[in-house]
Amino acid sequence: MSDIAERVKKIVVEHLGVEAAQVKEEAKFIDDLGADSLDTVELVMAFEEEFGIEIPDDAAEKIQTVGDAIGFIKGTAKS
Amino acid sequence: MFDLSGKAALVTGASGGIGGAIARALHKQGATVTLSGTRAEALEQLKASLGERAHVVAARMDDPADIDRLAKEAEAAMGGKLDILVNNAGITRDNISMRMKDEEWEKVLQVNLTGTFRLIRASMRGMMKRRFGRVVNITSIVGVTGNPGQANYAAAKAGLIGMSKSLAQELASRGITVNCLAPGFIATPMTDVLTDDQKKAILGRVPADRLGTPEEIAAGVVYLASDEAAYVTGQTLHINGGMAMI
Repeated sequence: MSDIAERVKKIVVEHLGVEAAQVKEEAKFIDDLGADSLDTVELVMAFEEEFGIEIPDDAAEKIQTVGDAIGFIKGTAKS
Repeated sequence: MFDLSGKAALVTGASGGIGGAIARALHKQGATVTLSGTRAEALEQLKASLGERAHVVAARMDDPADIDRLAKEAEAAMGGKLDILVNNAGITRDNISMRMKDEEWEKVLQVNLTGTFRLIRASMRGMMKRRFGRVVNITSIVGVTGNPGQANYAAAKAGLIGMSKSLAQELASRGITVNCLAPGFIATPMTDVLTDDQKKAILGRVPADRLGTPEEIAAGVVYLASDEAAYVTGQTLHINGGMAMI
């Protein structure tokens, strides 16, 4: 399952143009990684594509940190 | 200049006078076009006259599910992308406000404003991903000046302008422009029904002293849809023979 975390972090690094070291699980996309609200929408779109899943809007709103994203995707992959 | 080769365009209300001219002009500049509207037969005729690079997806702008389907089918028909969206579909239900029924008000807002918002929202995702989009919303001079008997239509058209400015700010950093084009009085089947007296009264307010042509509107759309107009967003281009200078 660590594979999921790595893939998520890679997408965040590529998309937001931040250093890999900054992308900790507790890092908030907007407050810590400099994302704007459109960036967060695009990150969700990128996660959906990478993992072949659908992230509904109400779930997407709760994904505020890198860890939230990893947690949601792991939960979806299991079900 | 204004070469649209390789671009995919969706035009709503393409069975009408202005919509048809817009579709023809985009096609002539090299774009692949999807024609939408409610009159399937007229759309098929236009498609046949265009030849290659033309598709038809009929849809109703007062039906949310139909609008989502339209966005999906148009993209699918044009190789999985949509670069240019021209929201030209519109209806009128004219009446003086004292007599205007709720249904007349709501129907016009629903089709002209809400339907347009829904279609843009459904098209945005792909444009954001590809970092390119041109949205052109056909509003009207009356959205800025008002017009007696058209409180509903003027409200919807003014709404399009405010909505476009908001969307333009949201999407500018993704290479997507959102603009409005506001025609004045244009010679179409819609204005053919006016009496000579009505036409005379209108022309009295038009410095150019003639009605505009659908092709003159289409030329403005071609410009706003072009690569060259990348730095133009949140604007309203008025094409009205000088009828209102704003």
